[in-house]
Amino acid sequence: MNQLISTSPLSLPSRAPVAATEATVSTFGHDPWWLILGKVVAVFVFLVLITLFLIWAERRIVARMQQRLGPNRTGPFGLGQGLADGIKLALKEEIIPAMADKPVYFIAPIVATIPAFLAFAVIPVGGVVSIFGHVTALQVTDLPVAVLFILACSSFGVYGIVLGGWASGSTYPLLGALRSAAQVISYEVSLALALVPIFLYAGSLSTSEIVAAQNRFWFVFLVPSFVIYMVSAVGETNRAPFDLPEAEGELVGGFHTEYSSLKFALFFLAEYINMTTVSAVATTLFLGGWHAPFLLSRVPVLNSGWFGLVWFTLKLLTVLFGFIWLRGTLPRLRYDQFMRLGWKLLIPASLVWLLLVAAMRTLVVEDVNLRRNLVPVGIVFVVLLLLVSFWPSSKKPDRDGEGEDGHPEIAVGNRAFPVPVLPGEQTDPTLAPREVTRA
Amino acid sequence: MGHVYMPILVLFVLAAAFAVGSVTAAGFTGPKRYNRAKVDAYECGIEATPQPVGTAHFPVKYYLTAMLFIVFDIEIIFLYPWAVTFSKLGFFGLVEMVLFIGTVFVAYAYVWRRGGLQWD
Amino acid sequence: MEKTAVGSLSQLTVGVGAGDMATADMVLNIGPQHPATHGVLRIALTLDGERIVRAQPIIGYMHRGAEKLFEARDYRQILVLANRHDWLSAFSNELGVAMAVERMLGLEVPARAIWARTLLAELNRVLNHLMFLGAYPLEMGAITPIFYAFTEREVLQAVMEEISGGRVHYMFNRIGGLKEDLPAGWLDRVDDAIAAVRRRLPDFDRLIRGNEIFQARTRGVGVLAAETVLAYGASGPVARASGVDFDLRRDEPYLAYAELDVPVVTRSDGDCYARFEVLLDQVAASLGLAGTCAQRLRDLPPGPINVRLPKIVKAPEGETYTWTENPLGINGYYLVSRGERTPWRLKLRTASFSNIQVLGELLPGCLVPDMVAILGSMFFVVGDIDK
Repeated sequence: MNQLISTSPLSLPSRAPVAATEATVSTFGHDPWWLILGKVVAVFVFLVLITLFLIWAERRIVARMQQRLGPNRTGPFGLGQGLADGIKLALKEEIIPAMADKPVYFIAPIVATIPAFLAFAVIPVGGVVSIFGHVTALQVTDLPVAVLFILACSSFGVYGIVLGGWASGSTYPLLGALRSAAQVISYEVSLALALVPIFLYAGSLSTSEIVAAQNRFWFVFLVPSFVIYMVSAVGETNRAPFDLPEAEGELVGGFHTEYSSLKFALFFLAEYINMTTVSAVATTLFLGGWHAPFLLSRVPVLNSGWFGLVWFTLKLLTVLFGFIWLRGTLPRLRYDQFMRLGWKLLIPASLVWLLLVAAMRTLVVEDVNLRRNLVPVGIVFVVLLLLVSFWPSSKKPDRDGEGEDGHPEIAVGNRAFPVPVLPGEQTDPTLAPREVTRA
Repeated sequence: MGHVYMPILVLFVLAAAFAVGSVTAAGFTGPKRYNRAKVDAYECGIEATPQPVGTAHFPVKYYLTAMLFIVFDIEIIFLYPWAVTFSKLGFFGLVEMVLFIGTVFVAYAYVWRRGGLQWD
Repeated sequence: MEKTAVGSLSQLTVGVGAGDMATADMVLNIGPQHPATHGVLRIALTLDGERIVRAQPIIGYMHRGAEKLFEARDYRQILVLANRHDWLSAFSNELGVAMAVERMLGLEVPARAIWARTLLAELNRVLNHLMFLGAYPLEMGAITPIFYAFTEREVLQAVMEEISGGRVHYMFNRIGGLKEDLPAGWLDRVDDAIAAVRRRLPDFDRLIRGNEIFQARTRGVGVLAAETVLAYGASGPVARASGVDFDLRRDEPYLAYAELDVPVVTRSDGDCYARFEVLLDQVAASLGLAGTCAQRLRDLPPGPINVRLPKIVKAPEGETYTWTENPLGINGYYLVSRGERTPWRLKLRTASFSNIQVLGELLPGCLVPDMVAILGSMFFVVGDIDK
């Protein structure tokens, strides 16, 4: 494993020598038990606090966008609103629907919450510091496969939503759960693909080493990757405009319609922590992690140790503000539209971009420094991407048997794709199955 | 290496204790006033229609896409180690990956053309 | 890692080869308590996945027996009842009854009253449309526009409140005119309010009309053919969005509309987007009309704003039908009198009732999210349906 990691400096010819404050995977695993416990508790408290803060911040910021004041009664500036909401929910009656599949109904919020907390364990929030004489990095732990671990956690959390919606024994939650599953299969792929160019540059899956690799250049210069990652991240966290599993205008509450009291609060908590996590991942992988921004990074004091915590939090909050901004601005997509966005735009785009970056990297590794050429290429690519995605569709949505690109659909049964007829599905003999004769 | 995973285990225990504790506590902290209408499934304020859950089956129209998803997920599993060792592999790695992605892409394009990416 | 995500789905999926298992169509009730029906409309949907197979609007949860109540109230009291069925167009509702009784009595309404009524009717129209311009995007997940709409509604409502004392149910019409003359300086405040709403309209343009997601959700969704409009008797913005160029203000002018150049906003697409556009453009058109009316009111010589009536108003024996172009469509009153203090029959024809009938045609074949877009674009008030 170490052998794999140690190749990373090779892959970064333009990278500055790793500063003393940068951590690598080998930095971890030496903490005494009290330090582990301290870090774990700190991360836990940080996540709970940031959720309480986010609930308040979202309501205040959206309120400002809507020319309102927002909550301002609980504590200074209404800062206690999140806590007050939590306590209120705890004191609410717990209603368990008679039709619910009880064990699954109870487990679902737990399944949604635990992975949300776990993913944050591998996020580096600062440089190497000394705590009571112990030199350690401001990061709970790091793994050689840290990014994979984050992805695993985020996709595991979806089980909570799907199971919760399914176990409620009610229509609206069931529809919400199905949409959530559809969302995962549409966005996981592009989310994961968008990260590959970063590994090409960093030569590592370890978060601390990816941050170290951004000592001079933030990976945000891989603009298409960043854009695809952010779009997918919004889809991944069920936030507007991709908040289809909840879609209060359609599905009332979606998957959590039948949840009340603290079980509902857990879903709520999980959503906000997930939002924090994907923002933290964006910060770590694209925005230089805990490194100081721009010229400030030339000052060694500002670019190391505890100061990293400040930069990290600031960047995190900036990304989170983007999420709130989206919520205040955009309507919601229809679920076939966002699946189309995921499958027909983001996935091919990220694959093509990945090959482009790989080709460029090969040239760099072989000989020439082409990084500067990559920036214009990236910008052109992103412009094309935006152009394609926002191109006003002149096509009428196909309701008339026309396929996606004007081809008549091949009808087998009532389905467009040649699959066996589903049980209970009527086969229409008039829709002549010209493909079926071949099969 | 085992040490590296230790903190995650600790965090898991903490988060699990918190989640299980909350779910359990919900039964004690709130009031309990039973009403048959409360435990009914929510259906906009009227008697719920019997639902497919458990008794019948509900069509999931996008299951083809879900299968395609597995293909791509596995592709990603191959891409990650390749990306990490990329600089070692050099030009050879690039060609290999172009061939691999190209192959997957052909299948993808085929499914797209045949309308497999259309959902209800 | 996610491979198993599909595995969990298979519980719900009818797998290929599971020969004896059949998928059931799911029955889903939208309403009576559902955010998309803003009120107590109920739609029983039969779903195949998220595709709507059958849709049946079920109405009557809010039936208040308005027509029966009309028969037990004298003509002045009826105004109070009549402005309640469509609570977003209270002034226009009162107007129809007042005009019907005036016609039966053969009353000549003073010119100032006619122009003031026209002005108030147009302001009422803007108030109504602003409500839907805010609520429609809200149903599709855009939470901000409704606050912009309400800010502007507040400006207009201040003007309406100043003159009538009411914010929703104005009760400013009287048989033969209006309750009181306009307060001093009121017309200037009307002009200010109109200007304020005008300034806000570009925000709606940029925030909603030009929004790609909004367009993707509404273009080509819920296309209502002109024939269907005619067959079901739909009217108002819903009909005009389908290319049915019909507006009573121009085609059978009442009040002062004959002297005004009424711009009739139409679209030909008949989809949800067209309905939204009609509504938005109609706000601008109505603001223009209101401004003209305010100017005319200033120029008119001083005079009475109502007619002195006897203590007991008895419409002579006979019948009449008055219809007005209410914000939501044609609103008609069929008045039958036998010369008593109360009408023998007062039949109410409301816009929403007819407009909502097309849902049974529009919804099948749509997805559940489309249903929300369609419901939002049908611009109905449940009280107006159930009466």
